[in-house]
Amino acid sequence: MKLFCRLYHELDSTTRTTDKVRALERYFREAPPADAAWALSFLIGRRLPRGVTTTQLRQYAADFAGIPIWMVEECYEAVGDLAETLALLLPEPAEKESLPLHVLVEERLLPLPRLNEEERRAILETTWRQLSGPERFLWHKLLTGGFRVGAGRTLTARALAAVAGVDPAVMSHRLMGPWQPTAADYQRLLSGDAVEGDVGKPFPFLLAYPIEVSIETLGDVRDWQIEWKWDGIRAQIICRDGKVLTWSRGEELITDQFPELKQAALALPNSVVLDGEILIWGQNSPRPFSDLQKRLNRKRVTSRDLKDYPAVFVAYDLLELNGEDCRTLPLYMRRERLERFLDGWQVPGTLRLSPLLPLETWAEVAVHHALARECGAEGLMLKLRSSPYVGGRVKGVWWKWKVEPFHVDAVLINAQAGHGRRAGLYTDYTFAVWHEGRLVPIAKAYSGLTDEEIREVDAFVKANTVDRFGPVRAVRPELVFELAFEGIQRSSRHKSGIALRFPRMNRWRKDKRPEEADHLERLWALLPSETDSR
Amino acid sequence: MPNLIELTPRGWYCPAGDFYIDPDSPVERAVVTHGHTDHAYPGSRRYLASASSVPVLKQRLGPDADIEPLPFGQSITINGVKVSLHPAGHVLGSAQVRVEHRGEVWVVSGDYKTVAEPSCEPFEPIRCHVFITESTFALPVYRWRPQSEVMAEIHAWWRANQEQGRTSVIFAYALGKAQRLLAALDPGAGPICVHGAARVFLPAYEAAGVRFPPIDSAEAAEVRRMEGRALVLAPYSSFRTPWFHALGPTSTATASGWMQIRGHRRRQGVDRGFVLSDHADWDGLLSAIRETGAERVVVTHGYTDALCRWLREQGMECWKASYGRRLHEEVG
Repeated sequence: MKLFCRLYHELDSTTRTTDKVRALERYFREAPPADAAWALSFLIGRRLPRGVTTTQLRQYAADFAGIPIWMVEECYEAVGDLAETLALLLPEPAEKESLPLHVLVEERLLPLPRLNEEERRAILETTWRQLSGPERFLWHKLLTGGFRVGAGRTLTARALAAVAGVDPAVMSHRLMGPWQPTAADYQRLLSGDAVEGDVGKPFPFLLAYPIEVSIETLGDVRDWQIEWKWDGIRAQIICRDGKVLTWSRGEELITDQFPELKQAALALPNSVVLDGEILIWGQNSPRPFSDLQKRLNRKRVTSRDLKDYPAVFVAYDLLELNGEDCRTLPLYMRRERLERFLDGWQVPGTLRLSPLLPLETWAEVAVHHALARECGAEGLMLKLRSSPYVGGRVKGVWWKWKVEPFHVDAVLINAQAGHGRRAGLYTDYTFAVWHEGRLVPIAKAYSGLTDEEIREVDAFVKANTVDRFGPVRAVRPELVFELAFEGIQRSSRHKSGIALRFPRMNRWRKDKRPEEADHLERLWALLPSETDSR
Repeated sequence: MPNLIELTPRGWYCPAGDFYIDPDSPVERAVVTHGHTDHAYPGSRRYLASASSVPVLKQRLGPDADIEPLPFGQSITINGVKVSLHPAGHVLGSAQVRVEHRGEVWVVSGDYKTVAEPSCEPFEPIRCHVFITESTFALPVYRWRPQSEVMAEIHAWWRANQEQGRTSVIFAYALGKAQRLLAALDPGAGPICVHGAARVFLPAYEAAGVRFPPIDSAEAAEVRRMEGRALVLAPYSSFRTPWFHALGPTSTATASGWMQIRGHRRRQGVDRGFVLSDHADWDGLLSAIRETGAERVVVTHGYTDALCRWLREQGMECWKASYGRRLHEEVG
């Protein structure tokens, strides 16, 4: 735990990439493999199931520190991070012991869900007696599943590649596999020996960049492959040796959540790796993302789910065919092969090709961009026809051009203190619009303001609080903000009857008085009619 | 009967003695606890302040300000009210104000810290009936480690930066924190440079007997010539200025109690945060309050809600007073 703690501290106290990679390398060279395996797993963002709720954790910590729970809440509000709050509140241990990371995880963390309340409390108290403040902070982060550090998978892969003496791209591909956080698998990652059960890990995904220039500057429109940008789950389907694996971009294996896709892929004649998008399809166009969410994180997929929310895979790239890696081929050749391959094997409604938009001029492209929402897409993709398939986010290869968001002018009614970098500042807001003479909450938003605006709103909140409910402050409804959002859905869970997708603050309408904010009726008018959405 | 000291829109006021304590606009007569700008406001006709704070106050209030010096522990009578000043341990010359009238004793703490260190007179607990206390860090997440440990961290960071050829820049409040750091730095570790904003206060400290190591100029060209060996003390306002950019490769840090919280440190955009405060921490506040033996506590300046509720749950009579339009500077 000491080395892991030092690593975290080093990563946390610099913004320089080279320093971070150096710290990671040093860690991987020095840490015992059993610990390094877990560290690696956490660094690349893998999570463990939660063994204790944050409510329990707060209560145990309050009891252990001998302070009332309200004081824990006051402190949490000031600190903005529960793991940190508790680490600071607990008394320093009398004798610190050095607990290896793998012992902490395997013997303390993993058993938690199976234990009863008393045993759970006992494990936490024992651990608190042994760990120093900074170690506890990390321990709490692991307990709450909130471990994040400014290194990420790319830098981690780079450092580990240096330790293993291989190319970063090779390491990054190895890391995508089904390896377990054990000393043995960790050593296999370093040596390159196949990890057991590794029939197929996804290739590192090519990620699109939001377009930041005017399209006319991209040169000849014929150099670009133009498609709809789908609002679904990016995925790779790997089909080898009669086995099918479906991987999400977050590198989660989601094969069993979409059995219909597995079925369709099993019928394919050859081994192949496809890149594309999972969507729930309506009659002529995809249904909203919220329908797709209903298929995620299900323990069991019922026949009812399959009928009500049928998934399709829209393929747009071919990464491997009959054992041959196609990624170095230019896009237009991959596309040709993809079309030839899928010809005759498309399963209507389940496995299909993402259509190309045969556009001849940039003006036509712009027209289609404006039509995207009506076609059930969230914009256009512009892909350079001559480009190879490279992993990661590379500028100038794939551009995404999203449709303009919707806007609404809403009134700030509640505020809550932020977290992390925004701890102690009121940065998390609830907004409302008018309905029958009253303000009805429609969305929460956290992003979009400059640091200076945040400070200004923070001061307003502190000076205009009219009520407090726990950490939430109700404020005088005076400030108007223009919110931008990507979509709107009916929702029975919200008082307003609607839910906005990706709401954020577009600008502060200092020129508007609260009574000039929008009315709920205007948002209702944006709702797709019931029949369209199916 | 009116209170001996009341909160008015201009700050704390003693009606019987007709004087203000740390008013934030010009008044006839002001008692000033210390030289930070949120406590020492220019334009009043007459000031009363601790003798050792006068040179600093002259910098802040102007050379012509009428400041009557009062040595710690001695008292004067203002309109029949007995007033004396006692060390608050916050910065050089910082004072608690003891006010006595008809047998009733009130103490206004000003800003204070309970841990003694060489750059200012140590905090002295004063028995009183009513104690008006600050509460900048009145939450149990704020517990300071000993200064020696923090200084060891600072020196280790400085050495690491020297190995990489990076100048170490510590941002610290120009009055108080900078001098406290300077007095505790090891001149054997490398050259120490002090920014002009903090440098102007050094003579006042030296006059009061505080000993500093030899220092160098913080002119960018000079610092650069030292090729990353130097440690620079500068106010945060100098961060990312042309002067700062001219220093060459740097590693930055802030020294403040707020650095206890990771979020505050990240918001500052510096590489390191050193937890070093001139305010009392949670334990310091509680012990200071206890030692006054006060029957009533008035909480101001900071986490007033939390401290007040805590004290009430401990059975103390307590209420909070907020400065309203006055925002406490985050000097930590």
